[in-house]
Amino acid sequence: MVTLNDYLILSAILFSIGLIGVLRRKNLLLLFFATEIMLNAVNVAFAAISKFYGDLSGQMFAFFIIAIAASEVAVGLGLLIVWYKKKGTLDLDSLATMKG
Amino acid sequence: MESLVYIALFAPLLGSLIAAAFGTTPKTLFTGIVTSSLLAVSMFASMILLAMAVSGAYIHVELMEWIGAGDLYIPFGFVVDEVSATMMVVVTIVSTMVHIYSIGYMEHDIGFNRFFSYLSAFVFSMLVLVMSDNFAGLFIGWEGVGLCSWLLVGFWYHKKDVTRDVNPSISPSWAANEAFIMNRIADLGMLIGLFLIYWFTGSLQYSEVFAAIGDVDMTIVYWIGIFLFIGAMGKSAQFPLHTWLADAMEGPTPVSALIHAATMVTAGVYLVIRANPIYDVVPDVGYFIACLGAFVAMFAATMALVNRDMKRIIAYSTLSQLGYMFVAAGLGAYWIALFHLATHAFFKALLFLGAGNVMHAMDDELDIKKMGALYRVMKPTAIFMILASVALAGIYPFAGFFSKDKILEVAFNEQTYILWFVLWVTAGLTAFYSFRLIMYVFFGKDRHTEWGAHPHEMPNFVLWAMSPLALLAVIAGWFEGWFHGYATNLLPDYAFSDATHHMVAMLIAVTTAVALGGIIYAIVRYRGNGPKKPTNVNSPVYKLLINQYYIPVIYENVVTKPYAKLSSMAWSIDMKVVDATVDFIANSIYGAGSTARGLQTGNLSKMLRLMAAGVAALLVAAVVYGTLR
Amino acid sequence: MYETIAFYLFAFLTIAMFWITVTTNNALYAMSSLAAGMIFISAFFFLLDADFLGAVQIVVYSGAVMAIYAFGMMFFDTLNEVKERNPKKVVFVLSGLIALMLVVIFVSPIISSKVQALYPMVEGVSNPKEVGIVLFTKYLVPFELAAVMLLVAMIAGIILAGKKMEKSETETEQEEEVVFEKGVEQ
Repeated sequence: MVTLNDYLILSAILFSIGLIGVLRRKNLLLLFFATEIMLNAVNVAFAAISKFYGDLSGQMFAFFIIAIAASEVAVGLGLLIVWYKKKGTLDLDSLATMKG
Repeated sequence: MESLVYIALFAPLLGSLIAAAFGTTPKTLFTGIVTSSLLAVSMFASMILLAMAVSGAYIHVELMEWIGAGDLYIPFGFVVDEVSATMMVVVTIVSTMVHIYSIGYMEHDIGFNRFFSYLSAFVFSMLVLVMSDNFAGLFIGWEGVGLCSWLLVGFWYHKKDVTRDVNPSISPSWAANEAFIMNRIADLGMLIGLFLIYWFTGSLQYSEVFAAIGDVDMTIVYWIGIFLFIGAMGKSAQFPLHTWLADAMEGPTPVSALIHAATMVTAGVYLVIRANPIYDVVPDVGYFIACLGAFVAMFAATMALVNRDMKRIIAYSTLSQLGYMFVAAGLGAYWIALFHLATHAFFKALLFLGAGNVMHAMDDELDIKKMGALYRVMKPTAIFMILASVALAGIYPFAGFFSKDKILEVAFNEQTYILWFVLWVTAGLTAFYSFRLIMYVFFGKDRHTEWGAHPHEMPNFVLWAMSPLALLAVIAGWFEGWFHGYATNLLPDYAFSDATHHMVAMLIAVTTAVALGGIIYAIVRYRGNGPKKPTNVNSPVYKLLINQYYIPVIYENVVTKPYAKLSSMAWSIDMKVVDATVDFIANSIYGAGSTARGLQTGNLSKMLRLMAAGVAALLVAAVVYGTLR
Repeated sequence: MYETIAFYLFAFLTIAMFWITVTTNNALYAMSSLAAGMIFISAFFFLLDADFLGAVQIVVYSGAVMAIYAFGMMFFDTLNEVKERNPKKVVFVLSGLIALMLVVIFVSPIISSKVQALYPMVEGVSNPKEVGIVLFTKYLVPFELAAVMLLVAMIAGIILAGKKMEKSETETEQEEEVVFEKGVEQ
């Protein structure tokens, strides 16, 4: 029998995979992929909680997260294109304008 | 009437401030003239106040509240009574003359304006000292004159330090510091005295303190008397705090005349006179003061016998005369002490100013063995100095005779024959060394031409400035009877016993004889080509005297050097403990900063990692907190 | 029983796919595995009786988002090997720690207290219908806000990406060269 804990553990594993990606990726595009993984991991957790508590709020939040993810992709990709045009690279280390 | 008090007091301050405004500019003659005329104003005001005091007026003004805290109430109050009026007149007359004299003496000095600013500030402080109606105001003036003395002794602060063999005073700045530090030691005693007074009488006003002193425990009064006298010892350069006075001769000569002969050094005597009700309660302390005074009189006179430095000789003679004053004050003859203070101020200032003239003529040479036969070129100066020396030696009818003889009579009257004998011998020594100086400088063989001096007399106005002092050095003694009646309005009278009355003529004869003997011996010994049999400079006595009984050396080895060692030890403790602590704090913050600088690389992936670490830490904290709760 | 098998199967597949996504050096592989992972995630939604969410997951993520990424990648030279820094231990430690903590935090309130259902599921009504009812009643304002946000994001994406679209990089470089040569001639 699959319990809520199983889902949550899965979700945590997926989240940490996403985090690993965020932390080790240098390429901005692939870094975006990693963030999508993290968002999806959270969605799984929400859906699972929704199911095991018999409450729809979890699913609702999952929907909104998907909407936010979609907007993020649109804006983020637009920004990436601008950056790529400017610098010719998607290397994260080229984004060092905040250096004091 | 009140305004006269304020004019007398604040005219010198105004002059000082005006001169100070031009302190850094090159010489402007008018600063000298302005300060001198303001002092003249102060002098005339003081004279009018003296006249009022003579007619029995007692002026007491309160300028403003100064310290009012709880039970402690100290106003800026000033009093003009017999003692302070006398002091004011003496101080202002001498200072006015010295100011005018300085216009000529400091003519070519680069710090002309600065000099006048300091000098007038000194007079103001001295007036605060003598006019204050309470011990706190006196202490302010006391410190003020100390400060001005420091400024003026170190006036030529740019001179380099030399060894003691070349110049016993080492350098002006060294001498100034020595004077200042010695006085600090004494002032600590004085402060303790003041604290005791306030603690046990609840006031610092003279009138209240003296009214309450009878009710205070005897031991406490003893201590008050002793501590106040320690303060007086510092200011009046009594043994063992005497070394600074001779070294203070590094200052310009007018300063020596004003501060280190006529006024400031007598502040200690003034304090004892002013605090006479206290010393009346404890005659033992007074007797100690008298003994110390007699000792210093003799002690200083012996050092003056062999010294070759003109100004130091006069400084030792000042020291010696201060000893006389303390004998009188200590034995309860306060009016006589005050009288000797006044006459001494006139003739000693005159003597110093004359010495200044000689220095000027000799291109600042001080060694009397390099002078001689100056009488021909500097007749007025020579006459002034001879007058002053005769007055100092105490020959009738000059000023010194009346005051000094009275002190000897007092010593005799108290049946302290040893004191009398010491003072009597000292009178002979005084006469001898004064005329030794006169003979070496003005008569005998010409010894200055060979090293190329071109002696010349000072300008006329300088001599005119000295003439009132010369006049006073001659006639001041004639007012003895009048002064006695006037001063004893405030000060306790001193009664001579009948036995002494019978002996007076004898005493005068004996004293005059020893003084004349000293003078004649000096003249005979140093006339012509100098002594037939030169002094043996290698004899132990001579060495002892010329090295000031080795006291400066002893002080240096016993006090200064161990203190320096202690200080450097404290310094190293300070460096290793206090500084190290502070440095450690600063360094660790600095180190933390430079370590943290590594975080601020602007590299996003690094920041991401840091953020993740932060999130992890927060989550761990949340879990730990949750389980603990 | 089938549910359990399905859960573990899809769990394995999702983890594998996402692992490939974060570790591969080829951008195309990464994108493909990501898309696959997304689809496998939707399987969980179906398992959890969130049919509508599963459908949206496939449509929006696997369809729209991945399509946008695919188009976006056309701008970048994706055929090159993507150089990444060597994975450091600290990365894994941190991620594992965070995951562990998250699990602990998620699990603890479930054990310690009963959570009251705010919007309980209604028996006998299909999931999309339920979702529709809640979404258009209780969550109407957030829903509309989300719609506006998507519109804003779309406009922003178009403007950002479309700026100076008429000029290509190579053209700009040529122009600069021309200007440079003219400068030399003068």
